[in-house]
Amino acid sequence: MCDTCGCGDSDVVPVHVYDKILAGNNRTAAHNRDHFRERTVTAVNLMGSPGAGKTAILETTARLLAGQRRLGALAGDLATERDADRLRAVGIIAKSITTGSACHLDAEMVHRALHDFPWLDLDYLFIENVGNLVCPAVYDLGQAANVVALAVTEGEDKPLKYPVMFLKADLVLITKIDLLPHLPDIRIDAIVDALAHVMPQPIFFPVSARTGEGMERWLEWLAQVGHAQRQDAATVSTTAHAL
Amino acid sequence: MHEYSIVQALLERVDAEARARGASAVHRLSVRIGELSGVEVDLLTTAYATFRERTICDRAELAVRRVPARWECPDCLGAIRPGDVLRCRHCDVPARLAEGDEIMLDRIEMEVP
Repeated sequence: MCDTCGCGDSDVVPVHVYDKILAGNNRTAAHNRDHFRERTVTAVNLMGSPGAGKTAILETTARLLAGQRRLGALAGDLATERDADRLRAVGIIAKSITTGSACHLDAEMVHRALHDFPWLDLDYLFIENVGNLVCPAVYDLGQAANVVALAVTEGEDKPLKYPVMFLKADLVLITKIDLLPHLPDIRIDAIVDALAHVMPQPIFFPVSARTGEGMERWLEWLAQVGHAQRQDAATVSTTAHAL
Repeated sequence: MHEYSIVQALLERVDAEARARGASAVHRLSVRIGELSGVEVDLLTTAYATFRERTICDRAELAVRRVPARWECPDCLGAIRPGDVLRCRHCDVPARLAEGDEIMLDRIEMEVP
């Protein structure tokens, strides 16, 4: 109420918020992350263009880790079950998150998907994001690590064109390197140079899901991320007991 | 186009703040969007113009402050020039993004009784 003249008008007041617009998503992501840590499930958010080879990487990963690690996957897809079908065929416990028109997954979609999905005893949960080099980078899902698949067929300058996606990546898999002999204009060096302009600590492995080349480094990296998460969980648990 | 979902999150937050204070209208929102946030300001303002209808922000102006990306060395605090490799040439350490990834709601101007 206006106190100056008693006219009855409302006051316009500034309210300072200074908070992230996606704070709600980040809270749900933190909740997912707590769940994953409690169950020592290593969640990996796998992003990349449509056709970058995300599903193929997971198929080969499943073959190489068969009988050694329990793998699960949530596959973000606009309209189909195709990726989840492919993943189930190689022994991955998989479920589609059909996003309709949404171009990315968010933490709430992942949280809802976990409710009727047997993820509790997995070693790794891969969250295969919607094929897109822009939107998925903005949303934290609660993952332990972000991995971006970049196919050599996409060209050398993709990191420069889509800097945010690569900035958010903990690891870049340069995929389909078995095709390099057919791509005389594509040099891995040029891709790596582009990555160094958008990632402060570029970690990348050139791989081929088809031939298996480079896949052992990827598996070592996954083991390291899993190990770091278990240590982290142990620290949190010890701290909680100490309190 | 994820800008629509960003606007939806923004409107929900503003609505909650306005309700908590019994506001009858919102006049202005001030947001900060970084160059490396992954949000396109033009798409954000288009999405806002569409979604604000029939919300408490129906007549509220959206003021956007764009924040350029600024990289620096975490040790010597020297600036990394735009277009350079993201590593300090003097200290040989990875650069740090000092500014430019924000998607922030700073301020709401609202009409309260």
